[in-house]
Amino acid sequence: MAKTILDEVIEAREYLLPGHTACPGCGSALALRWVLKALGKDTILVIPASCSSVYQGIYPSSAINVFIFNVAFASAAAVASGISQALEAKGYKDVNVVVWGGDGGLVDIGFATVSGAAERNENILVICYDNEAYMNTGIQRSGSTPPGAITTTTPLGKIVGFKKPAPFIWLLHGVPYVATANVAYPLDLYQKVKKASKIRGFKYIHIFSPCPPGWRFDDSKTIEVAKLAVETGYWILWEAENIGGKIRFSLSPPSKPYIDPAKRKPIEEFLKLQKRFARFTEESINKIKEFIDYQWFLVKKFLEEK
Amino acid sequence: MMPRIDVITGNDAAAWGARLSRVEVIAAYPITPQTTIVETLSKWVDTGEMKAKFITVESEHSAMAAIIGASAAGARAFTATSSHGFFYMFEMISWAVGARVPVVMAVVDRAMAPPWNIWADWNDALAARDLGWIMFFASNNQEVLDTIIQAYKIAEDKNVLLPAMVCLEGFVLSHTTMPVTIHDQEKVDEYLPPYEPPHYVVNPKIAEPLTYGNILFPWDYAKVRLAIQKSMDNAVAVIKKASQEFKEIFGTWHGDLIKEYKTDNAEYLIISMGTVAEEAEAVVDKLREKGMKIGAIKVRAFRPFPKQDIVKAIKDVSKVFVVDRDISFGYGGILAGEVKAVFHDNNIDVPVKEAILGIGGDEILPEHIEKFVLENR
Repeated sequence: MAKTILDEVIEAREYLLPGHTACPGCGSALALRWVLKALGKDTILVIPASCSSVYQGIYPSSAINVFIFNVAFASAAAVASGISQALEAKGYKDVNVVVWGGDGGLVDIGFATVSGAAERNENILVICYDNEAYMNTGIQRSGSTPPGAITTTTPLGKIVGFKKPAPFIWLLHGVPYVATANVAYPLDLYQKVKKASKIRGFKYIHIFSPCPPGWRFDDSKTIEVAKLAVETGYWILWEAENIGGKIRFSLSPPSKPYIDPAKRKPIEEFLKLQKRFARFTEESINKIKEFIDYQWFLVKKFLEEK
Repeated sequence: MMPRIDVITGNDAAAWGARLSRVEVIAAYPITPQTTIVETLSKWVDTGEMKAKFITVESEHSAMAAIIGASAAGARAFTATSSHGFFYMFEMISWAVGARVPVVMAVVDRAMAPPWNIWADWNDALAARDLGWIMFFASNNQEVLDTIIQAYKIAEDKNVLLPAMVCLEGFVLSHTTMPVTIHDQEKVDEYLPPYEPPHYVVNPKIAEPLTYGNILFPWDYAKVRLAIQKSMDNAVAVIKKASQEFKEIFGTWHGDLIKEYKTDNAEYLIISMGTVAEEAEAVVDKLREKGMKIGAIKVRAFRPFPKQDIVKAIKDVSKVFVVDRDISFGYGGILAGEVKAVFHDNNIDVPVKEAILGIGGDEILPEHIEKFVLENR
């Protein structure tokens, strides 16, 4: 019988080892496991300040069995650029130089750095695990926090902003590859990472990554929450390849049904599992719906262009 | 290429220093008065005269970040900046030390705003005094070129492995032309072999995976910081050896940690850095003609600070005059403070008179230094 992608994923070597110190049910650690399986040993992770800089383990131990270069919060994409250019200058090929960071590090403080690396089309893969707040410092609001969510800097669920549409922003830089992913869909994630690793130039993958303590849900429900994000249309799985200036944009299979709003589960199902939305008002729900509409509006615009 | 004498600016001398050092990765962001260094380098990279990667980063923070990454991956890396750029990259300036990357940076010293000022002032580089960089201050364009080559030799030494900055005063050197010997590349290659990281290299093709910079507990962290201090101590001998070797191969001598000028039998000493120290030598000549037994010391390496060299040079001195082109607000001249601390630690009971001159590029004429000495002798 021919090998399926599932066989491949299961057989692929593990590089995230037991003994990491991520919380139970951590979406980021789960995502990293699939990411490293897809990337393999010739990988350098450049990690800005984040939960990952902690859960990788404490010196002299490390729970991640590929190269890790820990770097300052805003600097990751620039450090990765330097590593990538140095390897090229020295004639080394086929090394995955990968930024692995959270939304705070890549969507906020490192925004300019990612933008610069994208615009220069550096041969790096930037992966953002989006847990929608500064979790490592204790759940402060980030530019990727949904409006109305409780964080320790929006303790009453104040509506501040509108969750930056980061993957679209990088897509508009004209880079070779941008995709979104979700820990509840590991095969989709695995295949996207695999594809990205074979493309030369700047690649970006944005992973929806639930955080049980930060979003205040039971740590057995990570996958359930992540799935509901897709099924309610809150999180859209797509990928975009830029081939000679033409963007080949596609909805990924798990999100395909939800282009039809009638097929989406009510957003409340996603919200009610998480106590971070406990102070949701009608205004916050409308704002979230507006956010969902805006994401789908962008997706449909890109889908129209064939 | 044979050595030749060219009339070039300090910034071109810095660019030549990087080129002759066969730098492999350059990352830089424009800022006056540094800009022409990286303009020159990028031209050479684009024409193929220099085999290197040039990364046009979006900020100085990223410039330092990129060369930290490049160096960690085994390349010889270079950047240059000034003033606000220096402060913008400050976090990464400190990071380079902990990451133990022997990168070299030219710092074209310039004042900080507001109000806007683009002229010479040491307050930019001196803000990094306590971070763990080897810090050189150059007095002329030849010294700029030579010191960049030496800086790689020193920084990459297995007993040092710290980043090094070569400071030159904005416009006074950066945009002023002087005759400079462009050394023979083969000789530079002989002096400075290719960089082979002796400690670690982030490259899965040639090394086993390792984790750099993860969290450690205070007792281990203190060991890491102590190792930096030990490397700084080691740098004293390495700087002396590198300066001596350079002299033997190229014939130029700018001093090692310090440069002494007519210090034999001197009763008075002027201590300064950069172009001010060179001007002090002219003042010494003039005052010696008038019968004053005076000499000068140029502090060439501000870090590691030349404690023992200064102590040795003091001999029969009865008074010292320190000229700072900087100020530590609420304290005084930064160099003067360092000199006083060395005297205290070594029971040297010699009065130190200090002057703060040339702030924000204000012109320092020999008469100013002379007046300071004569009024305080």
